[in-house]
Amino acid sequence: MSARLTVTDPVLHRLAEEVGVEGPVAVEGSRTRWHIGGAADPQTRLVKAPTGIVEYVPDEMTVCVRAGTSVADLHAALAEQGQRTGLPERGGTVGGAIAVGENDVHVLGRGRVREAVLQIRYVADDAKLVTGGGPTVKNVTGFDLPRLMTGSLGTLGLFAEVILRTNPLPATTVWLESSDADPFAVLDTILRPSAVLWNGIITTVQIEGHGPAVAAETARLAAIGTWAEVAQAPELPAHRWSLVPSELGDPSRWNGATWVASIGVGTVWASIPQPATPTNPVVAALSRRVKQQFDPTGRLNPGRVPGAH
Amino acid sequence: MAGFLSSVRRRLNLNQPTAGDGDPVVEALRAALDPSRVRYDGAERTLLSHDASIFDGGVAGPVCYPLTTAEVQSVMRIAEKHTRNIVPRGAGTGLAGGAIPLGAPIVVAVTRMNNIIEVDVDNRIAWVEPGVVNLDLTRHLMPLGFHFAPDPSSQQVCTIGGNVANNSGGPHCLAYGVTNAHVLAIEVVLPSGEVAMLGGLDAEPAGLDLRGVFIGSEGTLGIATKVAVRITPNAPAVKTMLLSFDTVRNAAHTVSAIIAAGIVPAALEVMDQRITQAVETYVGAGYPTDAGAVLLAEVDGLAESIEIDANRIAEIGREQGAIEVRFAADETERALLWKGRKTAFGAVAQIAPDYYLHDTVVPRSRLADVLDEVSAIAERHDLIVMNVFHAGDGNLHPLLVFDKREPGVIERVHAAGDEILTASLNAGGVLSGEHGVGVEKQKFMDLFFTDDDLAHQNRLRQAFDPGCRTNPGKVIPSGHSCADIAALKRVPREVWA
Ligand SMILES: Cc1cc2nc3c(=O)[nH]c(=O)nc-3n(C[C@H](O)[C@H](O)[C@H](O)COP(=O)(O)OP(=O)(O)OC[C@H]3O[C@@H](n4cnc5c(N)ncnc54)[C@H](O)[C@@H]3O)c2cc1C
Repeated sequence: MSARLTVTDPVLHRLAEEVGVEGPVAVEGSRTRWHIGGAADPQTRLVKAPTGIVEYVPDEMTVCVRAGTSVADLHAALAEQGQRTGLPERGGTVGGAIAVGENDVHVLGRGRVREAVLQIRYVADDAKLVTGGGPTVKNVTGFDLPRLMTGSLGTLGLFAEVILRTNPLPATTVWLESSDADPFAVLDTILRPSAVLWNGIITTVQIEGHGPAVAAETARLAAIGTWAEVAQAPELPAHRWSLVPSELGDPSRWNGATWVASIGVGTVWASIPQPATPTNPVVAALSRRVKQQFDPTGRLNPGRVPGAH
Repeated sequence: MAGFLSSVRRRLNLNQPTAGDGDPVVEALRAALDPSRVRYDGAERTLLSHDASIFDGGVAGPVCYPLTTAEVQSVMRIAEKHTRNIVPRGAGTGLAGGAIPLGAPIVVAVTRMNNIIEVDVDNRIAWVEPGVVNLDLTRHLMPLGFHFAPDPSSQQVCTIGGNVANNSGGPHCLAYGVTNAHVLAIEVVLPSGEVAMLGGLDAEPAGLDLRGVFIGSEGTLGIATKVAVRITPNAPAVKTMLLSFDTVRNAAHTVSAIIAAGIVPAALEVMDQRITQAVETYVGAGYPTDAGAVLLAEVDGLAESIEIDANRIAEIGREQGAIEVRFAADETERALLWKGRKTAFGAVAQIAPDYYLHDTVVPRSRLADVLDEVSAIAERHDLIVMNVFHAGDGNLHPLLVFDKREPGVIERVHAAGDEILTASLNAGGVLSGEHGVGVEKQKFMDLFFTDDDLAHQNRLRQAFDPGCRTNPGKVIPSGHSCADIAALKRVPREVWA
């Protein structure tokens, strides 16, 4: 009997052939986050990941999708069955969203990208198709390669197909805005907001769930401020910062820049880039050994380094 | 457990750790740690050659009880200098043989590194040492309004380090996620003796997610010496309900229908009639003993929201033929129902002295069929099977009960187990949902993964542990990890078995 995870889809084998065994190569998604991790080596040959939903079983709350599919197309198909995933809706592809690993603004409600990936299939440096993880919602069979791949910018393998966990779409969603509420009091006032955003003046909160629960939470928020319903999240500045949630309390660091902070999470979108923080040399060396093992000749997405600015 | 160990020690009067004098590794370890925390006596080594799995064949070398990260580093460096293997160990409750010492390694038991270092309510995290017992952490957090979400049934004994190494789950991981979702950063002593902080407390730590791959690596990538865990606010309201059915099939269908309806309950646990009866005689938790199966369902969160979900679950249960739907009236009844569920394994002892607990996952829509197959398999091998499992994730735990004194029974247990695994894989499932691969499932890895898949898992291993000295002989089957075989051949001459 051949192994359960043997890849049979000819579409994936075609991608593997295209990647081949020689020369620098990377996957081009929709270029929405192309600048992340440094400039691509100009010699790099660009390939496209295949598209399409392979299998969607709404009752299982999982979906198997090819990496080149746009998140918008995926989410449109899932929405017909009242579901969504934790991948950010910012115009990119599924593979790109996983390669970058950045969470959406409502991460508290939708979950982290890295927790959405149950199984990943990628083309390795030697053009072999490799699978990590497994198809079920719970699984500890072998090392957790989907975690390693999420956020790796395609420097360890080029993504071909993934199985993602889906979540039910909530019955009701509201965005509320206040200019007199203490943003840090929100998390002590309501149980599980999907987003708490603050730009130094205005606090914007997303609440999702059953109608009566959303209404009750909205009423509870009135104890800490005056709120008005708004259509959507505020506009987010271009640069992304990663901070510890308690560091958000001191806005003096922004010094004139515009910014929107995700309270309780630590992400900040700001008009100025985050200064590079030094990596611990032991961790940096370990990361280099991982890269060396997965891509000994350095042909996968050369020029890019996960975590580099 | 600890009480049991110390009483054995007292009885055998083996507390004098003089054995091992003259062995340069033992001498070096005693010089680096307090000599009382390096044991080489027969009693200690015998005890630590097992874990909670049914696997024999472990041989422990010197047993160390470090207290600090620096001491763990010293042990790693001594192991490296003398090319000795090491095996990290927590409470030894693992069920896949992950902590079984192969090739007389140095056993690094972190149970005495058991301080809760800091609880940071602002950032909703706690820094703990790896030997902190899972339930001790939750008890510590309760007065602050928080808990640690992963709640394995072994939580009274198992350690956070063991939870991290096995990416453990528990009944309440259905809605909250397994250990990986609750760990932000891990301080790890690498096989080289260097210390690396993997992950971080910030929103999206830069670089590769090495934290993520360390979790679930079953002690093969290094020793966790400090862990930052996420702490979860206690839900303001909770509703626990008990649904009884004529058959396990109906209970299983109810579970898939609940998931299909878009409800994510906090827990969905099923017990079949045999185990329910055992639980009732053991603790008297109030379960019906005449039902073919019971489903323990719990929803938590906002009162306004759980009301809706609980009613919907009751409705689905009735549609699927529930003979009784009961809501726990108060906290006492709820606690009792959970006590019954969490002591199920203990209750099994009344049926037979030994059990082999399996752990596979199947798609939730296939639960009913695979459970039928499991009972047919048990019948074919003339074995009693009981089922108590995390139904909401499709995580089966068939329990084969037996008396190992019966000639030939072990062979039958293993044959039945192999068939259960194959049936789960054929249904589109995986080899393990939470207990891990350890030594138990290595030989099945080839049925699931291709050679190339396994080679890539080995690449990760090589990056962390080029000499394959940390917990060799686990997870990756030996054919795919040549270095492990070499490491296991290095059993030092002076070690007696
Ligand atoms: C009655 C019973 C019920 C159980 N119920 C559940 C359940 O509901 N869910 C579940 O997931 N599991 C369950 N288990 C399995 C087991 O309790 C878990 O796997 C647990 O997390 C193991 O923790 P431990 O401290 O006992 O680890 P050990 O058994 O000592 O070690 C397990 C593995 O972790 C490694 N390890 C331990 N500490 C470290 C460290 N600090 N650094 C690196 N590696 C380390 C070891 O090398 C080994 O590979 C159950 C077991 C029993 C006996």
